Amino acid sequence: MDPVEIIQHTAGGVIGMSWLMIAFPLLGATILLVFNRYTNRWGHLLGVAMSLASFVVAVLAFVQLLGLPEAQRRQAVHLWEFIPGMVDMGLLVDPLSIAFALLITGVGSLIHIYSIGYMAHDPDRRRFFAYLNLFVAAMLLLVLADNYLALFIGWEGVGLASYLLIGFWQFKPSAAVAAKKAFVVNRVGDFGLLVGMFLIWTTFGTLAFAELKPITSENPTTLAIGLLLLLGACGKSAQLPLQSWLLDAMEGPTPVSALIHAATMVTAGVYLVVRSGAFFFPEGSGAALAVAIVGAATLLAGAIIGCAKDDIKKGLAGSTMSQIGYMMLGAGLGPVGYAFAIGHLITHGFFKADMFLGAGSVMHAMNDEVNMRKYGGLRKYMPITFATFFIGYLAIIGFPLLSGYFTKDGIIESAIHAEPVLGWLAVLGAGLTGFYMSRMVFMTFFGEKRWDKEAHPHESPAVMTVPLIVLSIGSIFLGGYLVLSNTLLLWLAPAVGRPAELPGFHPFSVPGLSTLALVAVGAAFAWFKYGRAEVPAVQPRGSFLTTFARRDLYGDALNESLIMRPGQWLTRLAVYFDNRGIDGVVNGLAAGIGGSSGRLRRLQTGFARTYALSILFGAAILTGALLLVGNI
Amino acid sequence: MNPTIEMPTIEYATLAPLLLVFGAAIIGVLVEAFAPRYLRRSFQVPLTLLSLIGAFALVIVQVVRGDVETGPVAMGALAVDGPALFIWGVILVLSAVCVLLINDEGHFVASAASVPGSSDEEASEKAGHEHTEIYPLVLFAVGGMLMFPAANDLLTMFVGLEVMSLPLYLLCGLARRRRLLSQEASMKYFLLGAFSSAFFLYGAAMLYGYAGTVSFAGINQALAQGSLLDPLLLLGASLLGVGLLFKIGAAPFQAWKPDVYQGAPTPITALMASGTLVAAVGALLRVFWVGLGNLDWDWRPVLWVVAALTMIVGAVIAITQTDIKRMLAYSSIAHAGFLLVGVLATYDTGAGNVVSLQAILFYLLVYGVATVGAFAVVTLVRDAGGEANHLSRWAGLGKRAPILSGVFAFFLLAFAGIPLTSGFFGKYALFTAAIGSGREAGDALGAWMTGLVVVGVIASAIAAFFYVRVIVLMFFSEPVADGPTIAVPSTGTVAVIALSLLVTVGVGLFPEPVLQLANTAASSLFVR
Repeated sequence: MDPVEIIQHTAGGVIGMSWLMIAFPLLGATILLVFNRYTNRWGHLLGVAMSLASFVVAVLAFVQLLGLPEAQRRQAVHLWEFIPGMVDMGLLVDPLSIAFALLITGVGSLIHIYSIGYMAHDPDRRRFFAYLNLFVAAMLLLVLADNYLALFIGWEGVGLASYLLIGFWQFKPSAAVAAKKAFVVNRVGDFGLLVGMFLIWTTFGTLAFAELKPITSENPTTLAIGLLLLLGACGKSAQLPLQSWLLDAMEGPTPVSALIHAATMVTAGVYLVVRSGAFFFPEGSGAALAVAIVGAATLLAGAIIGCAKDDIKKGLAGSTMSQIGYMMLGAGLGPVGYAFAIGHLITHGFFKADMFLGAGSVMHAMNDEVNMRKYGGLRKYMPITFATFFIGYLAIIGFPLLSGYFTKDGIIESAIHAEPVLGWLAVLGAGLTGFYMSRMVFMTFFGEKRWDKEAHPHESPAVMTVPLIVLSIGSIFLGGYLVLSNTLLLWLAPAVGRPAELPGFHPFSVPGLSTLALVAVGAAFAWFKYGRAEVPAVQPRGSFLTTFARRDLYGDALNESLIMRPGQWLTRLAVYFDNRGIDGVVNGLAAGIGGSSGRLRRLQTGFARTYALSILFGAAILTGALLLVGNI
Repeated sequence: MNPTIEMPTIEYATLAPLLLVFGAAIIGVLVEAFAPRYLRRSFQVPLTLLSLIGAFALVIVQVVRGDVETGPVAMGALAVDGPALFIWGVILVLSAVCVLLINDEGHFVASAASVPGSSDEEASEKAGHEHTEIYPLVLFAVGGMLMFPAANDLLTMFVGLEVMSLPLYLLCGLARRRRLLSQEASMKYFLLGAFSSAFFLYGAAMLYGYAGTVSFAGINQALAQGSLLDPLLLLGASLLGVGLLFKIGAAPFQAWKPDVYQGAPTPITALMASGTLVAAVGALLRVFWVGLGNLDWDWRPVLWVVAALTMIVGAVIAITQTDIKRMLAYSSIAHAGFLLVGVLATYDTGAGNVVSLQAILFYLLVYGVATVGAFAVVTLVRDAGGEANHLSRWAGLGKRAPILSGVFAFFLLAFAGIPLTSGFFGKYALFTAAIGSGREAGDALGAWMTGLVVVGVIASAIAAFFYVRVIVLMFFSEPVADGPTIAVPSTGTVAVIALSLLVTVGVGLFPEPVLQLANTAASSLFVR
């Protein structure tokens, strides 16, 4: 079944006011940035209030949407004519966008609250909240836009916020470099999205979702558009081959990693694919297959990287890559996969934010130490952090009945059904997840203390632990609620289409059981290696494979030798030709313009008589010309 | 037998804004004559502002009540139609805003007659003398600006032209700093202005000789019936055009603009760059669209050359300018060229003309607002000897005054027509209208109109270079050692900058309401 028609919103109510969701955080960011120092005392509270206000609007819009029959659940809210005759600015409130809006504002608000405590000692806390608010506004524009242009504005907005926040501690050179790297790599993806948009415009003459028609069979143009959009999605969602920025992005403050680089922004690629699904990624098309392949490759790559990292945040970043790989795999499977992909996206938003914030809490306690080899035995000192992190851990490895179990299993089952090879790779990835996440938990919370001398771990304040508790509750129950009776699938159906037959949940299928077995093996292996045995305080040399994983699968080296070096050569070559050839022309042109400017300037003698003469000549020429034209 | 004199009928309600401004100006003169010196300023400032705001309110009342005149008023002397009301509104807002700038301390000399730096000057400054005549002069100039584009015959238009220009000649010479430059500017502006007025008057006389009437409708009527080859007609049209093109600063009549803009006190420059330009473009439209509407096959090719030349000259010479005010003057010349593209974009159908007129009106509003904002920023960057106008002094300003520099950068981007600023939609609308007009006219002329738009785009690209150069200078250069200070702005100046920024950003994001307003104003076209 295709998605239902988008109807123009007419009646009043919260849906018509949904622009407030974007306006609140945008206002917050503006106030905080404009009145900078003056808001130091209460700036963070304003930031939290704006995010919460946005959440309230999202909930109200959600409730109103629930009250509508299915055929009316896609409402376009026209705001204003943006570029006359081309694009109107408007919002699309439908089950998909509102699900994202709830996740963004809900998890976003929790992370805002957590940041009050985490950033308490930072002199620039107010600026941090301004950027967070800016991010929330841009992200909401991205998901609520009813056309590709507005989506693109939001897309660039989150890129900007991400850049600002990764480089928030810009006095650290590594942070500044990481921010720049994220920006540059994302440009590659944005280029794809932009060219894709050009193609959409020239082919269909519109950029509005409401005016594009679902397709059933693929033609070369839609395939090209699909692949270009996929390139955009890869950049934003850190999928192969544009994954390299995400690990470095962990230089930003931890709440940023939780909000932007785990729960929301990096999932924008999945959103883009699902939103464009009916138009450019029909079930069984080449473009959809490409999405699934990218997803499967990334989920393995991320998991392998995660196995070797000693930096707790980078380990989590590898895991984020891997989990988004699962979502992409799901998004490449058509309407069945969409529900599980979005479901996994939502539950991942909860448990990954939970674990990132937990990691932040640990770092907060350990003088900002990120090396897990210097942790150990922390469970007794930080019981709440440990408990919440452990729940997140169980959820991500897919421990039965927790959130991740349902959504990840859904993706694996549907993948094995549709693309068996990719499906079994996903099973393998689940086993790796069991290993590297267990390794992280054992190295951090179990075993002997391997702390530095000056470390005095302590539990974090309530403003930090309460969000952790809320997130971990979501990590337990959300998955079952969304998947068991196909709640999410039926909810999303008006927006993304409904599969021919509803998937049932089979707890004892072959893939399900083999996944569980592999996870158990992985976890047990981690226990023997990191839980029971002594963890060396210095990284051992390790095998070739370990080095391979530690070096991010040589992703950076690959980029360097395949793109950067040749790029540099190309640049040099280009500079050479540029200097010799093009510059000659350009400089000649510029010199020509500049020179004529200089020469023309001399006509400006400053003498009134010269000016009067030029007027006289002008008048004579004008009259002559008019007489000439008149008499032709 | 006694010849009876017919009592003229005057539509007082319709003309109220004009009458209010002139009335306030006359009261201002009386205040100068009779009020003691220390009281004058506290009379003049509120009087000026209130009369301008009141006149604006009266315009709004007319618009809201919707009883826009469908024919000429005041015995055919004036035409207060939709476009005229829009232009009046724009001029009144811009001039009220400029009065706030004028009101700021330190722009005007205490006693213009004293030699700069002399003891006379010092004495007059100590005594707290100041030129409060400025305010009634500004009011007269604004009154002229209102009359100029609303004139319905050549004589009224000439009166409007002179009433607008004479006070401006004087105001240009009253700068407190760099007095000689200012007085030179005043003198040049006066001489050249008088010269161009003579052209205007001569052209008007010839057209009267051709048509036997000075009213625009009458001239156009004569064109429809008479010969279009009459030398009297063609000479008259071209000389009249020279007078008007001089006022908007089109090439080759642009030479006065940089000298005068540089020398005049900056608030007056702002008034000239915004208000005068708006008024002159309005008058140009009335002459060429209404009076010479039937001659458009003759004047369009000639104006084509003028428009192209103006855009190129303005953009190219601006590149080598080192003085910020001169640079903005050349930028204003380039923009006059862009506006001429709109003037050229006439259609055979009324609906088409509405599109062009709407684009021009919209452009006038957004350009005027951004211009006033930019000059307001210029007034704040100061050295010991007054404003720091040399561009080298602006190096690294972004590091010391990030907000002010950011705002200025935004105005420059608006001039350059970067998307998300109001300037983008202004250019977009103008160029679209021009291409549409060419398409309607058919092959040969269509290609020419497209060619003109291409010239316009190239000129925009050249212009973008020098706008962005200033931004680069402000943000990416090392600050100069003893750089200029940023004057603490008065409330008025802050209000001016904030308002301009708000409009420039707001219209850049939400162009629709303003476009709609311009469309409503344009939809009635000019009354004939």
